[in-house]
Amino acid sequence: MSALHIKKGSTRHSAYNLRPTFSDVQERHTIAVLVENEPGVLARVIGLFSGRGYNIESLTVAEVDHTGHLSRITIVTTGTPQVIEQIKAQLGRIVSVRDVHDLTVEGEAVERELAILKVAGEGEKRVEALRLADIFRANVVDSTLNSFVFEITGAPEKIDAFADLMRPLGLSEIARTGVAALLRGN
Amino acid sequence: MTREMTGAKMVVQALKDQGVDVVFGYPGGAVLPIYDEIFLQNDIRHVLVRHEQGAVHAAEGYARSTGKPGVVLVTSGPGATNAVTGLTDALLDSIPLVVLTGQVPTFMIGSDAFQEADTVGITRPCTKHNWLVKDTDALAGTLHEAFHVATSGRPGPVLVDIPKDVQFANGAYNGPKPAASHYQPQVKGDMEEITELVAALETAKRPVFYTGGGVINSGNAASQLLRELIDGTGIPVTSTLMGLGAYPASGKNWLGMLGMHGLYEANMAMHGCDLMINIGARFDDRITGRIDAFSPKSKKAHIDIDPSSINKVIRVDIPIVGDVAHVLEDILKVWKSRGRKVNREALAKWHKQIDEWRAVNCLNFKNSEKTIKPQYALQRLEELTKGHDRYITTEVGQHQMWAAQYLNFDDPNRWMTSGGLGTMGYGFPASIGAQMAHPDALVINVAGEASWLMNMQEMGTAVQFRLPVKQFILNNERLGMVRQWQELLHGERYSHSWSEALPDFVKLAEAFGAKGICVSDPRDLDDAIMEMIEYDGPVIFDCLVEKHENCFPMIPSGKAHNEMLLGEADTQGVIQAGGAVLV
Repeated sequence: MSALHIKKGSTRHSAYNLRPTFSDVQERHTIAVLVENEPGVLARVIGLFSGRGYNIESLTVAEVDHTGHLSRITIVTTGTPQVIEQIKAQLGRIVSVRDVHDLTVEGEAVERELAILKVAGEGEKRVEALRLADIFRANVVDSTLNSFVFEITGAPEKIDAFADLMRPLGLSEIARTGVAALLRGN
Repeated sequence: MTREMTGAKMVVQALKDQGVDVVFGYPGGAVLPIYDEIFLQNDIRHVLVRHEQGAVHAAEGYARSTGKPGVVLVTSGPGATNAVTGLTDALLDSIPLVVLTGQVPTFMIGSDAFQEADTVGITRPCTKHNWLVKDTDALAGTLHEAFHVATSGRPGPVLVDIPKDVQFANGAYNGPKPAASHYQPQVKGDMEEITELVAALETAKRPVFYTGGGVINSGNAASQLLRELIDGTGIPVTSTLMGLGAYPASGKNWLGMLGMHGLYEANMAMHGCDLMINIGARFDDRITGRIDAFSPKSKKAHIDIDPSSINKVIRVDIPIVGDVAHVLEDILKVWKSRGRKVNREALAKWHKQIDEWRAVNCLNFKNSEKTIKPQYALQRLEELTKGHDRYITTEVGQHQMWAAQYLNFDDPNRWMTSGGLGTMGYGFPASIGAQMAHPDALVINVAGEASWLMNMQEMGTAVQFRLPVKQFILNNERLGMVRQWQELLHGERYSHSWSEALPDFVKLAEAFGAKGICVSDPRDLDDAIMEMIEYDGPVIFDCLVEKHENCFPMIPSGKAHNEMLLGEADTQGVIQAGGAVLV
């Protein structure tokens, strides 16, 4: 409770900066939220993040149990450990939320994201794009004489790396799904 | 047993099955079928308010004074948007409400129809949960679930939005089945943590209980258990604004309210304690003051039914998630089984220290023979009403803090005030709700004239329903708390903090068919208060008080508990730029 960097006796500060931080380190966590799939449930989750000033780095959602009407929302967020704890507690008190899992804490998780990239170019650049796509195990899903559309699956960092390589080779558009994640093992 | 009926009939049937006896509401196009059903029955009384905000605050007053959920019925569009302030107020103070709104028919939703608003969208952040019911067959289940959610776990307001065609259509009605809900918050606390707390309590040298509205919300049993624990251990207790009455003000371990305008002894005890036991409070910023200087040397335990309250503001050492009554029962069981131990010697010293702080007499004020001091008015009100079956509501501002300081509450559910949201205009409609629940009781709204004007239209309701609510207005012709902050923080530039065109409150009362009393001489005050109490009907009591009185003690923004201002002499230049940023 002393990591507040306030001089003894000082009163010239704002309490907006006064947080009894456990640690100032920003951590990235992947949180899986199992929700009842009812109208407005995504708005409840997103509204919580915007209303309380939390970050969303990526968010994916789809119904995963059609008979039980359950959807799985996977959120990648950043914050200090205290903020991450608050996010989980706040998610847990939403009435339509059934379960909250912090995949970053609960064990090793598999994280995958799918991206589709359009790369336009000719000659050497076109050949190089195709060669790199092969190295990254990206598939060509559409092609014209001067463009490719690649599909790539992997951890977000892998997709970042691939997109960075494609940029000088004529990357014109990219669509990403956001992260889907599951704990490893049983 | 399943029965076939219209959606509108289901609403009334569900309210009956949930034991509702009063609904506060205002009709309109999109709820006409429900009002038709209300017309055809006599079990549920409907109180016609004069503004939907009034309906919600009245339901809050009803809920807070009974422990039962308050019910509101309003129409679509403006009916729903007018309810938003009340919903937010109830959310911040954890008051159970079920608000039913009409909606345009399902086939017109999204077409910008007349009196259409995205009610569930607008109220999503200010309700605990809400539903738009698009199918009459789902209506009964949703209504019962609404009552369950509003009253389970940390209570709060819920809203059910019912399109007009759903009200007209037929569907299957089923009675309440509480076990059917997925929403089942944990009520029992963790025994290991409870044992750790008892162990800390047995050895603590300077322990203090810090209790909040959660004790009241947990029900009468919680207050009884709290008294047993406090009087058994002899540990002093302070309370937030919301928790007053859970432990009796006449009790020997009572320290008085804590916080920004709390008592000196309460705040000093919080600052100097070595064990703080928070029961059903949430370390609100009005309580903690400067966070890094908040009770620096204490071990902290926190009992709360909402896991998100724990470690939100203040890091605690012993977190216990559970319902206050359940947890207190277990604490008492463990404490008794371990031999009812406390550190008697140290506690005696601690009480001696507290008595020294108490001797400062922080509520002392300079009385006047010429003008009525607001503190004096409340002292007299306390003296002349304390034997009555009394319920107090307040508006928001200086008068609210003075009421909390100078009125004493010996029982829970007797004190209704807007704590978290600080809603001016709360008190008058809340007094109407409390009076509906307790027709024979003395219900007094302690008000400032500015707050009171914000919902003065409810005079019509009070007169129509013969509710003898007493509007005790401390009239300083100022927005007193705003004025106080402008004096202390903004170089005495009193920007828009006074009223130049106040009504004649006596004539105003008479215009509504009520009684008005005006008093300005301290010598007439007692007789005037007695006249107010004895009058069988609503009274506007216009008490002209000292215009420039400030509310003390005060912990200025950005200061710690042990840096309180006790009176005018302490105020010169103490609040600096950093503090001025705060509210």
